[in-house]
Amino acid sequence: MNRIDARFKWLAERKLSAFIPYVTAGDPTLGRTAEVVLELEKAGADIVELGIPFSDPIADGVVNQEAAFRALKHNVSLHDVIGMVTWLRKSTEIPLLLFTYYNPVLAYGVEQFAKDCKDAGVDGVLCVDLPPEEDPDYKRCLDAAGVATVFLITPTSSPERVELLAKSSTGFVYYVSRTGVTGERVSMEQSVKGAVESIKRHTSTPVAVGFGISTPAQSAEVAGYADGVIVGSAIVRMIGELGDQPEMPAKVGAFVKTLADAAKSINVGVHV
Amino acid sequence: MQQLKSLSETPNAPYPYPDARGRYGQFGGRYVPETLMHPLQELEEAYASAKADPEFQATLAAFQANYVGRPTPLYFAQRLTEHWGGAKVYLKREDLAHTGAHKINNALGQVLLAKRMGKKRIIAETGAGQHGVATATACALLGLDCEVYMGTEDMERQKLNVFRMRLLGSKVTGVHSGTKTLKDAINEAMRDWVTNVGDTHYVLGTVEGPHPYPLICRDFQSIIGREARAQLFEQEGCLPDLLIACVGGGSNAIGLFFDFILEEKVKMIGVEAGGFGPETGQHAARFAGGVIGMLHGAMSYVLQDANGQIKGTHSVSAGLDYASVGPEHAYWRTTGRVEYAYANDNEALDAFQLISRLEGIIPALESAHAIAHACKVVPTLPKDDIVIINLSGRGDKDVSQAARFILGEEANL
Repeated sequence: MNRIDARFKWLAERKLSAFIPYVTAGDPTLGRTAEVVLELEKAGADIVELGIPFSDPIADGVVNQEAAFRALKHNVSLHDVIGMVTWLRKSTEIPLLLFTYYNPVLAYGVEQFAKDCKDAGVDGVLCVDLPPEEDPDYKRCLDAAGVATVFLITPTSSPERVELLAKSSTGFVYYVSRTGVTGERVSMEQSVKGAVESIKRHTSTPVAVGFGISTPAQSAEVAGYADGVIVGSAIVRMIGELGDQPEMPAKVGAFVKTLADAAKSINVGVHV
Repeated sequence: MQQLKSLSETPNAPYPYPDARGRYGQFGGRYVPETLMHPLQELEEAYASAKADPEFQATLAAFQANYVGRPTPLYFAQRLTEHWGGAKVYLKREDLAHTGAHKINNALGQVLLAKRMGKKRIIAETGAGQHGVATATACALLGLDCEVYMGTEDMERQKLNVFRMRLLGSKVTGVHSGTKTLKDAINEAMRDWVTNVGDTHYVLGTVEGPHPYPLICRDFQSIIGREARAQLFEQEGCLPDLLIACVGGGSNAIGLFFDFILEEKVKMIGVEAGGFGPETGQHAARFAGGVIGMLHGAMSYVLQDANGQIKGTHSVSAGLDYASVGPEHAYWRTTGRVEYAYANDNEALDAFQLISRLEGIIPALESAHAIAHACKVVPTLPKDDIVIINLSGRGDKDVSQAARFILGEEANL
């Protein structure tokens, strides 16, 4: 069984929500990113999202853009990140998901990409600017390799699209909690809970929520109704501020523990 | 006469692109974050409904005639023709359209469309500033709020246009990320649109981006070729033999070419920006140096590295300084229907001066690339051939930039 599916199964048996942190791979270096992944696992992360740096990240707010540009200063590529996953698999079984833009995957070659993901131990891929209908080969190759394909559902998705996206997603469905780019928000929108419930009527695949979650209180709130809580920019900002100092991974781990503990402080569906 | 008459009208034959999926062969499509998928479907439907609405078309036509000043002249350039000693040269004078370039054709059409859709706010990207000025103008005319994103390097190169946009009541927001040029301005405009898609329409300025943008822009720009066909028939009683236009995203070129695309005898050349020369890596010649890739929602030719990261580009002309090209141009290049060439910075600057002296027309540096390639081709053609060059914009905006290259860095106009 794919590590993502196995993890969600384990969590569901305990009525717990997954905590899913995002970091930009290669910021400040790939070596530091690998250390951070191991700290995130210790801090209680269930799945880690690794952002592939891209020169034109149109779906990202300024925090993630700057992290990508820092990684690109030393030319961190999709090949390099897959290589880092191979290395990480010597010491951890934590489920790993690549969060990427389409053009690096296209340049890599979709078929080769799927094969290398499988060989390295990548468990899933989210391609933020690839709607499922634009490249059927993408899903076909990743399905064949046993690598999960996660797609985004957003507040603007029509009912027909929610059905298509829920059907196309394996591993989990990623619900974008508000229209806009990645980044921290002061408050969560009320409609998120209803949207998650409506998606769950279309699919038995777990539904995780991201974009804008940055505090333990928000993490606990979302964990009350979603199968997973995704936090990105708040962690990426902290990594950016601490930079390449030796104690950075441990400090990031300590911050993430507060978010992960909050997500586990509540049972999914208890307050529904 | 019956046969001759047909030359003055657009052929009524079917042209199948884009297909139902927004593709031109393997190019085009709609590669965007999910937030934009439904809004793009809505835009496609709203545009189809406006296109079929005689009242919308009549409103647009009235503004084109009375506000933009269309039709723009098709001018026989006698001295340029004598100088080159080859084919007869006509210039399609888009520089004489209101705001000084062809960009107003698309901007006015899209702002009218946005108003019909009930949008309250307009955003746009701009490179040279011509599309930003055109959009700011249309928003002033129709009373909509407007915000234009522009790379800070381009703002420096095109200070005059920045001031013009602000004078027209628009907000101009500098983009500091990445290469600080057009592609980064598009990134920022897309981020704004993703966030404010409910009340905001994004007026994309060229035949680029996700479907239906390349189609909408082609439709609004193809008035250039329709007019040119009728005007040349009036003056010469025949079709042209060759069309030449510069290609950044490619909207002025599609505007001139599209009406003739099914006329097999009409040859077409699109001219990209060669910058310091494709061999230097400092250029924007996508067909000479790019590979198939996806940028800003469309599959096309893209200047990128082996890892799929988009490369920085260089051109003396901000309007051609872009890493990708409209998907329909990529399709025409693949089928061989249109030939694509490039002109380097210094060739464009020579052409800029040549046409200023010979015809009393100071062209935009973008349009000077088309003239520069004509310098190589026209002298080799028979004297009874007819060439139309799209003079896509006027050069007032470029005078201080050109002075620095021609007179040296110390020139300060």
